[in-house]
Amino acid sequence: MIKFIIKGILRDRSKSIIPICVISLGVFITVFMTGFVKGVLSEMLTTNANLDTGHVKVMTKPYYENKDQIPIDLALLELSSITQDLVSKFPDISWVPRIKFGGILDVPDASGETIIQGPGLGLGINLFDTSKGEIERLSLKKSLISGSIPKEPNEILLSHDFSKKLNIKPGREVTFFGSTMEGSMVFETFIMSGTIRFGNPVLDRSTFIIDFTMAQKILDMGDGTGELLGYFKTNFYEDSKALKAESAFNETYKESDDEFAPLMVSLRNQNDLGTTIDLVGSFGSIFVSIFVIAMSMVLWNTGLIGGLRRYQEFGIRLAIGESKNHVYFLLLLESFIIGLIGSFIGTFFGILSCYYMQETGIDIQDALSNSAVIFPTVLKAKVTNDLFLIGFIPGLLAMFFGSSLAGRGIFKRSTAKLFKELEV
Amino acid sequence: MKNLLFFLFTITSTSLFSQNSSSNEALEVLKKVDKNMFSETQIVTSEMIVYGKRKSRTIRSKGYSEGEFKNFTEYLYPDREKGTKMLKLDDRLWIYSPSTDRIIQLSGHLLRQSVMGSDLSYEDMMEERKLSEIYFCNILSEEVYKDRPVWKMELIAKNDNVSYFRRIVLIDKLQFVPLESELYAKSGELLKKTVFSEIKKIEGKWYPTKMNYKDVLKGGKGTDFLILDVIFNKKIPDSYFLKASLKK
Repeated sequence: MIKFIIKGILRDRSKSIIPICVISLGVFITVFMTGFVKGVLSEMLTTNANLDTGHVKVMTKPYYENKDQIPIDLALLELSSITQDLVSKFPDISWVPRIKFGGILDVPDASGETIIQGPGLGLGINLFDTSKGEIERLSLKKSLISGSIPKEPNEILLSHDFSKKLNIKPGREVTFFGSTMEGSMVFETFIMSGTIRFGNPVLDRSTFIIDFTMAQKILDMGDGTGELLGYFKTNFYEDSKALKAESAFNETYKESDDEFAPLMVSLRNQNDLGTTIDLVGSFGSIFVSIFVIAMSMVLWNTGLIGGLRRYQEFGIRLAIGESKNHVYFLLLLESFIIGLIGSFIGTFFGILSCYYMQETGIDIQDALSNSAVIFPTVLKAKVTNDLFLIGFIPGLLAMFFGSSLAGRGIFKRSTAKLFKELEV
Repeated sequence: MKNLLFFLFTITSTSLFSQNSSSNEALEVLKKVDKNMFSETQIVTSEMIVYGKRKSRTIRSKGYSEGEFKNFTEYLYPDREKGTKMLKLDDRLWIYSPSTDRIIQLSGHLLRQSVMGSDLSYEDMMEERKLSEIYFCNILSEEVYKDRPVWKMELIAKNDNVSYFRRIVLIDKLQFVPLESELYAKSGELLKKTVFSEIKKIEGKWYPTKMNYKDVLKGGKGTDFLILDVIFNKKIPDSYFLKASLKK
């Protein structure tokens, strides 16, 4: 019977070509848009987590409240004991300290006089302790434009744009001028080891990187850090786990009198990323709902037009003795097969397009040149397993619903009037 | 009609005259304040107490200034700052760091950064210009402040080349010294508040020996600036105001 229906679909294209096109297009849009939007949002979360928020972050409460000012005077002290405590409480999270600090990079001439200078954002990260994985996390090797990653504590890595602004190349001496945690003046001379491009306008503008231990030393931070970032060992952000950790940790210090008690904040509660996380979860459902509702309406309409066009065909079939149920059943089966073909075509091209966008992406760096938020500069789709089903099943259902609604007319036909209607 | 015109003329001219006379009086007051606060040269040994969020720090320095545009400061205490020197000539500032043996020049907006975590900016530290020369002034009211009769004066910058566009100052009517000052940006936002106290007569001048600077955009108790010793009008060798003096 199926073979018979397929032959019917292929031979009488007028009854299948429009529904197949509509379903293919609808499935394609659903698959592609879901893959693209999810890709962009996931990339945004990953970028934020790696560059700034971690999956969870521990800071002092006043630091968190003033974090836009990078207040190293409000840093987290007794880092070793806090880390030890965190490791024992949350064994599935690895912890890395980072120090963000502001200051001026000053380029001297041969006699030590200022040639050029500019304010910059310093980042003290673990460059030499490979177990922390910071070089990989920040993609430093991949982002290297010139020179090399620092190998010595007195070496400094500059964002490529900042180095261009200062007009310096690797090997050149630069002096950092800033303030310690207590406010004393800091003068420290570094040798520029290389330049990198983060691919993020916020960081590319004026960031420089030095080793974490060196940052601790020059900023007089002792066993302290600005921020302690936690990453799930799976490398994937797990919202419920992060929230649970945040709540459990903060509960411990709820009654603390210490003004500088540590505070854990999950990625969801930083940089307004909560909305993004919710969107990632709900985008698939939003697209599918819109698709199923819109497509059902379209296909219902198509089914009605088809039903009208096939009014005579159904009449003859009923007149020669085919039962109404059988005609309706065959109509649904036919719809199912049309839906299957349309969904297959739509899913195939949807995933193909997503894959292409995953590999190439859309470069929006120019549009973000003045951006103040951490956002990926290349918008990429992401091919995931759910894309194979997210459009396929609604594609099947939409045609099925459309035909079920349109086919109800079969049962309204009066057999007694058929011969008159058919003018036989 | 003639009577009405005469009345309006009288009212306008009286108001202009009284305004003019108030401005003149204000200028005279401000000139007397400048006479107390400024001298040809000054050699000041001072301590700056910075009240941090976690702990306080005391920084001692000795400053030499000549006229409005020359200022040299050497930090004496604590060890971390000892030997650090600053030289200001016109609107340029050089800082010498003994640890790196480098001289770093600051200019433009970088001068608005905080000095050693205090509530003072480099601009505040180095400001030596007479108020009567850079501000238009006006007496707003006569009040009593901490049992002292004071004028409440409003100072508006004559041009944009000043750190604070507007100041509201309380000036002691008997000693001609400022007792409190509010410093505003051109936008009208209050930026800093300064309280002057422990006024002493030094070499014939009434001079506040304790100042509390409070950056209202920051939290905390502000920064105290204590004058330990001040010498007016003593000849300072020109070599102090040369860049070469920084590395000596």
